[in-house]
Amino acid sequence: MHVEVRGLTKKFGEFPAVNDVHFSIAKGQLIGLLGPSGGGKTSILRMLAGLETPDSGDIVFHGTRVNDLPPQEREIGFVFQNYALFKHMTVQGNIAFGLEVKKWPKNRIKERVAELIELTGLSGFEKRYPHQLSGGQRQRVAFARALAPEPQLLLLDEPFAAIDAKIRQELRAWLREMIDRLGITSIFVTHDQDEAIEVADEIMIINKGNLEQKGSPWDIYKNPETPFVAGFIGESTIVEDVSTLRGFEQAADWPGTKALIRPEYVEIGQANEFRLLSATETGRVRHLHFRGSEWLVEVDVGASRLVTYRSLEKEVLHPGEEIQVLVHRAYLFNDNDSWIMENRLKEDPMPVHI
Amino acid sequence: MSSTLQSRWWSWGFRSAVMLYFILLIVFPILGIYGYSLSAGLAAFTENITEPLAWKAVLLTVKLAFVSTMINVLIGTMAGWVLIRYRFPGRGLLNSLVDLPFALPTAVAGLMILLLLGPQSVVGQWAEQLGFSILFHQPAIVIAMVFVTFPFVIRAVQPLLEEMDGSEEEAAYTMGATKAKTFVRVILPAMLPGIASGAMLAFSRALAEFGAVVLVAGNIPGKTLIASVYIFGEIESDNITGATAVSVVLLTFSLLILWLVNYLQSRRKGV
Ligand SMILES: Nc1ncnc2c1ncn2[C@@H]1O[C@H](COP(=O)(O)OP(=O)(O)OP(=O)(O)O)[C@@H](O)[C@H]1O
Ligand SMILES: [Mg+2]
Repeated sequence: MHVEVRGLTKKFGEFPAVNDVHFSIAKGQLIGLLGPSGGGKTSILRMLAGLETPDSGDIVFHGTRVNDLPPQEREIGFVFQNYALFKHMTVQGNIAFGLEVKKWPKNRIKERVAELIELTGLSGFEKRYPHQLSGGQRQRVAFARALAPEPQLLLLDEPFAAIDAKIRQELRAWLREMIDRLGITSIFVTHDQDEAIEVADEIMIINKGNLEQKGSPWDIYKNPETPFVAGFIGESTIVEDVSTLRGFEQAADWPGTKALIRPEYVEIGQANEFRLLSATETGRVRHLHFRGSEWLVEVDVGASRLVTYRSLEKEVLHPGEEIQVLVHRAYLFNDNDSWIMENRLKEDPMPVHI
Repeated sequence: MSSTLQSRWWSWGFRSAVMLYFILLIVFPILGIYGYSLSAGLAAFTENITEPLAWKAVLLTVKLAFVSTMINVLIGTMAGWVLIRYRFPGRGLLNSLVDLPFALPTAVAGLMILLLLGPQSVVGQWAEQLGFSILFHQPAIVIAMVFVTFPFVIRAVQPLLEEMDGSEEEAAYTMGATKAKTFVRVILPAMLPGIASGAMLAFSRALAEFGAVVLVAGNIPGKTLIASVYIFGEIESDNITGATAVSVVLLTFSLLILWLVNYLQSRRKGV
């Protein structure tokens, strides 16, 4: 279903948990809600579900304002972070609950439950109680139970939080595929950037009750609209005075401006590894951290410390070693503005032949 | 080596001490009563228990204990629910008052009821006008039993309710269940084991109540004479075998109930 939210605000006492949030979601999209703890993600989800009443703002499903509808009538499925399965009901009973409540005929309930058990790969576990299942299986029961009554909107609050990395990966792919197949509009909360980037059509970054940015993962990665988003996605370092870096001398024209530089923006290596040697400058390796599939390297350039990755295939660096550093771009921001600046020397290279 | 030997000795000593204590204090007396009641032969036992006043007392006790248990199931479940789910001034005080019937000498409870429901009291006069009397009749016995066993159901239900965070209910709401439906299908089943075991303990305790009841019951043989008072009377009139016969019946009831509670609880842990 098409979801639109306008000026959504919620205060707990004096504390603004959600602050004038606007967004709209097209039918069939999978949206990832991403942001630091306490940002207001759960509060937004609960208001969409009708479990919490907004102080102001409109929630519109399918062009109809639903603020005054109780959760029972919103046609949603909610997957709780702690599963919230009915402990005294079997897997079957849990999945059938919503259908029995909606007074589906017995034979259709049976069909639907069987279908969902098949879909969620729970065959053989129908008669078990929640405490007899593994975490991942409980998770699937929670999905199946939420999906059974054919909701128009699926709300998932950290659906993978309590699951280990490998099963998480599996469930993630499974969720994406299933949602595509059923065409349900879905919103899921996560703390894990990679998870959001991997499965979501669009990501919403929520911080301190504000919607900082909404867009495709690539969009958010490439064009962060606020310093918070720029710093939140990936592992960035902040450089106080970027004009000291080679190729960014122009930044001195904007006093009070800082730069955010992501590891991916920085390239390091011996002089012979660069085509555009003129755009590089000399730095010194400070620390090396092994990251499983690559090195994370800390480099000192002048007074600034930068962080970057280096492939395991390349020549191994050593702390204290002198190397060449090329900064491709920087994300500049001050109190009123933010923009991306490319390395000037890279854009306007002076050819150097060795 | 010597230290493990020593600790083994200690552990053996402790276990034996507890066992001995248990046997001396509980097992021997129980076996003693069973033994004594049968010492004069099975025929004497049946004769004692088929004595009309005896079995009428037992029957009356079971009936009234059952009624009071039902009342406690209703009130106790509601009270437990309210004390856990609602926040209101005085809640903490009320919650600690629940245990009062356990702490109070039951004779004091009997006296309270006597004063509260007697012919001079407002309630007593009011009942009199409606054409029935409470004190020295069966209602007074039920009230005494309800009072003394009041905490059982509440205290058994409360931990189960506390265990449930609100999310199971919320999940039911999002699937379209009304509040009433959610209560019946989600909350009540979660409370049921507590209600059942609380009710059985309350029943068992009500069967055994003496102090509170003896003051308010009237103790008319065959009418308002309950089993524990009957036992007391038999001992007073030196008919020990008559007393033990009824005791054995009550004891057997209690043991059965205890076993049932245990069974239910172990099943719940399994679930
Ligand atoms: N019932 C409540 N009463 C008071 N404050 C609340 C309540 N629920 C949430 N809050 C506050 O509102 C803010 C947002 O909470 P919310 O649960 O929406 O955060 P979140 O983004 O889901 O965080 P997390 O990622 O840790 O789950 C928090 O600071 C929290 O303390
Ligand atoms: Mg949350």
